[in-house]
Amino acid sequence: MSGCRWQRVPETVELAAAAPPLPGLSDLRRVAIVPALNEEHTVPRVIDELRAFDPGLDIVVIDDGSTDRTADVAGAKGAFVLRLPFNLGIGGAVQTGFRFAFEHGYDLAVRVDGDGQHDPAQLQRIIEPVLRGDADIAVGSRFAAEEGGYRSSRSRRVGIRILATVVSRIVGQRVTDTTSGFQALNRQGIALFARDYPHDYPEVEATVMVFRHRLRLREVPVSMRERGGGRSSITALRSIYYMVKVLLAIFVGLFRRHVVPDEESR
Amino acid sequence: MTPLAVSIAGAIASFALVLVVLDLIRRHRLRERYALLWLATGLVLTALSLWRDGLNTIARWFGVRSYPPAVLFAVAILFIIAVLLHYSTVISRLSDQNVLLAQKLALLEQELRESTGSERN
Repeated sequence: MSGCRWQRVPETVELAAAAPPLPGLSDLRRVAIVPALNEEHTVPRVIDELRAFDPGLDIVVIDDGSTDRTADVAGAKGAFVLRLPFNLGIGGAVQTGFRFAFEHGYDLAVRVDGDGQHDPAQLQRIIEPVLRGDADIAVGSRFAAEEGGYRSSRSRRVGIRILATVVSRIVGQRVTDTTSGFQALNRQGIALFARDYPHDYPEVEATVMVFRHRLRLREVPVSMRERGGGRSSITALRSIYYMVKVLLAIFVGLFRRHVVPDEESR
Repeated sequence: MTPLAVSIAGAIASFALVLVVLDLIRRHRLRERYALLWLATGLVLTALSLWRDGLNTIARWFGVRSYPPAVLFAVAILFIIAVLLHYSTVISRLSDQNVLLAQKLALLEQELRESTGSERN
C-alpha cells in the first residue's frame, strides 16, 4: 500500500459532464491562482481545464523562478503571468497571487496547483460553499470522504495525520487535510491572505490563521490526481524540518493577538 | 564538579534565550526558519547546565578534569559558530537577490520610459 500512487480519472470526467453551472457564479469577478515551478508540461493543460470549467475565469500563473518555459507557455495560453525574479517558495508565490486578486478587486479566487494534481473539474464542489455564503474559504480535502482515495508514502500520511489532529484540536473543528492547496476563497479570504500568508509550507498555518481571524472554513471531499510534472517540494528529510517549523509556528501563533482584517489593509 | 552557581546562571541565561526567541517569533520580528537554530542552542545549553552529571561525564570523555564548565562554553561557541555560518549563507543569498531585484527594476524602468514616451524623465 505504501508508496503506491493512484489515479482516478473516470469520476472527474463524469463530474465535468454532469456539472450544472453554479447559479450566481457569472456575476462575480473570479480568478484562478496557479502557482507553478518548472511545470511547462502541465501548466497548459491546467489552463485548458480551467477554461473548460469556466470560460469567464481569469487565470493568473505565478512563475516561482522556473528555469524552463513555464512562463512562456502560460502566457501563450493567454493567462496573466507573474514572473517572480527568484524562487520565493510556495507560500510567497501563492501570496503573490492573492495580492493580485486583492489589488484587482476580484470577488472570488480559486487556487489550483500548476502540477496538475488538482482537477479543475472538481472546482464546482469547492466553489459551492463559498458561493452559497456558507464559508469564506473552502478547501478540497483528500481525506474528508470516508472512501479514502489518497495514497502516498506512509511517513507522509502520518505527518499529515498528526498535523490534522493538532490543527483540529486548536481550531475546534474537524479538519482532515491541512496541507491541501486546492481552495476557493471569497473577498474576505483573499484580503486576509493578501495581507498575511505563511512561508515555506503555508497551508497548515494558514488554516489556523483563518480560524483565528474568525473566518469560516469548510472542507469539501475531492480526489487528487498524481502529479503530472515537476517534483514535490517536500522530500523525506525536509518534512521533519517542516514538521518542527510548522508546529512551532502554530504554537507560537496561539499567543499572538489578532485583528480581523479589513478591506483597506494591505 | 561544576560549581552550583555556574549551573544555575547557565540555566537561567540559556532559558532566557529560549523565551526571548519565542517572543520575537510571536511579535513577527523573527521568522521560524531562522529561529530554529537559536532555539536548539538555548535548549541544549539549558539541558547541559541543569544536567550536571552529564556535563561532568562529557567533560571526562574529553579529558577535561579541572573545570567541567569549559565544556559548556565549548558547546556554546560551537552553536554560535553554526548560527553565524548559517547567517553568512543567508546574507549571501539576500545580497544575490538584491542585485537581481535592482537589475530587474532598472530594466523595468527603462521599458516603462520607452513605452510612455520620453517626454518625461
